[in-house]
Amino acid sequence: MNELAELVPYLGKHKPRAARALVILLALVAPLIAIMFGRTWVRVLDFALLYMMLALGLNLVVGYAGLLDLGYIAFYAVGAYTWAFLASPHFAEAFPALAAGIGAADGIHLPFWLVLPIGAALAAMAGIILGFPVLRLRGDYLAIVTLGFGEIVRIFMNNLNYPVNITNGPQGINLLDSMNLFGWDLARSIKLWGVKIDSLFFYYYFFLLCVVGSILFIQRLQISRIGRAWAAMRDDELAAKAIGINIRNMKLLAFALGATFGGVAGGLFGAFQGFVSPESFSLMESIAVLVMVVFGGMGNIAGAIVGALILTALPEILRHIALPIQQALFGQVLLDPEVLRMLLYSLAMILMMLLRPGGLIPAHARYSRPEYVAVGEARA
Amino acid sequence: MIRLLEARAISKYFGGLTALSEVSLTINKGEVYGLIGPNGAGKTTLFNVLTGAYVPDEGEFVFDGTELPTGKPHRVVEQGIARTFQNIRLFRDMTALENVMAGHHIRTRATIWGILTQNRRTREEERLTTERAFELLRYVGIERFARTVSKNLSYGDQRRLEIARALATEPRLLALDEPAAGMNATETGRLRELIERIRSDGTTVLLIEHDVKLVMGLCDRIAVLDFGKKIAEDVPAEVQRNPAVIEAYLGGGHHAQ
Repeated sequence: MNELAELVPYLGKHKPRAARALVILLALVAPLIAIMFGRTWVRVLDFALLYMMLALGLNLVVGYAGLLDLGYIAFYAVGAYTWAFLASPHFAEAFPALAAGIGAADGIHLPFWLVLPIGAALAAMAGIILGFPVLRLRGDYLAIVTLGFGEIVRIFMNNLNYPVNITNGPQGINLLDSMNLFGWDLARSIKLWGVKIDSLFFYYYFFLLCVVGSILFIQRLQISRIGRAWAAMRDDELAAKAIGINIRNMKLLAFALGATFGGVAGGLFGAFQGFVSPESFSLMESIAVLVMVVFGGMGNIAGAIVGALILTALPEILRHIALPIQQALFGQVLLDPEVLRMLLYSLAMILMMLLRPGGLIPAHARYSRPEYVAVGEARA
Repeated sequence: MIRLLEARAISKYFGGLTALSEVSLTINKGEVYGLIGPNGAGKTTLFNVLTGAYVPDEGEFVFDGTELPTGKPHRVVEQGIARTFQNIRLFRDMTALENVMAGHHIRTRATIWGILTQNRRTREEERLTTERAFELLRYVGIERFARTVSKNLSYGDQRRLEIARALATEPRLLALDEPAAGMNATETGRLRELIERIRSDGTTVLLIEHDVKLVMGLCDRIAVLDFGKKIAEDVPAEVQRNPAVIEAYLGGGHHAQ
């Protein structure tokens, strides 16, 4: 896990092992520190982890394969709505007769190990559906079509309550099942030796596990023939064709795999939030995730993680500072926190372009296994 | 003589322009076959049609007894034809080693599942790919730059790297598009040695080149294109004496009118 060391500015270069240990330690104790400032901050950390998964997935598409995707949040939506449909009372409410007929009078409540893979598979399929028509598009054109795709999915979610109520329209779906790990409900706080452990902690560590899994997977992809094929395609599509890379398959694979991460993150989001509505999947969210990837540094794992962490936490911090200040100065809130968030993102982009065009952690990704390279070099 | 590649009456039009007009040629196994002609004669178009970048309007290629698929570059590479580009096209953010490893893509099989689990087969394949890439870098003489990001290599080394990357696809026919362009005399000399070595190691070479000395010294046979038509195909000494070729290059009577 060399990428982890890169997260620490100075130490990472000189003492990678110490840096790595520091990152792991911080990741483990972060919620314990956050709880000192209140539960909200643990919640913020939980969301930061979800955004990390999204950023990692989008980075696969944008950073590695070089395909600009402005509709990425659509896959998040697919995952979340899959969870909402397969693990909530919604089914019974929408189709009472049918539900009673199949013995699901209180809705469908499938376990997470079924719903998450189904959500991931549906998202991957959505990725392929998006991928096919845009195979020949590049740059601006690709961005426009993916943007449209994201909006189409959101509009579908908004309107699929009629004639058949699948998504419950703008009201969204409520009372989603929480994450239940084989009988252990993560949404329930536990009292252990007289100490109450908040459910937000359980979600934190579960999400952390998912993020670590994603990192491992993506790292392995990066140093494989597929990672090299993506990088080749990104650097020079014509030359990639000339060495026999099947551009169509590799693009579809990038879209599908990227979407898979989005789908899983969406499912986790649904379980965590307990409620989904089309509002959560607006264009602004797609842009937010893209900003995280670009701000952190495109084409590397550490960049996506740092970008997601900073751009999730900073608006929250700002919200807690800016609101009281506005109240004190003007006696009212002039700038809505959501506006502030977008303002902050724009500012982050502008500063980055001026000061660090490669992102906070510019990519210097390697696409080969270091130990094999070392062997080859020793022999040479 | 065993025929390796046969072009049968290849034609390619761009709108009203005839880029290639019924070009037929035969390349034998183990030879260096030169393709020359004035600028705009259709040499690179022939390359692009051969390697599947363009679909020919008429005609077909037969490679080692089977017809080549058209418009499917990756299938052509799979069959055993690799190419380089007139203006170097490397993967600029990858190291020299990784460029060559990327070239081995078509000969590897690791699946998503294998990569995810890093099973023994995937690791072994990856190890062999790395090893083979080092061998090829050594073969073209730039193994000391294995870790250098390719955009930072010198011009001549970039040319060599492109050849190494093409060789990584394990071709039976290597098509080089002006490999000596922009090289000085020493570099050209080393390039000539490299191409001769590639031939003696059993790979057939198709060569587009403007450097007359290099072409005449290196090629076993030469075809000359002019305005999309093949005007000569012979051994170098004969081609040099061919009146049609001289006219194409120096301008003949009817051009001057």
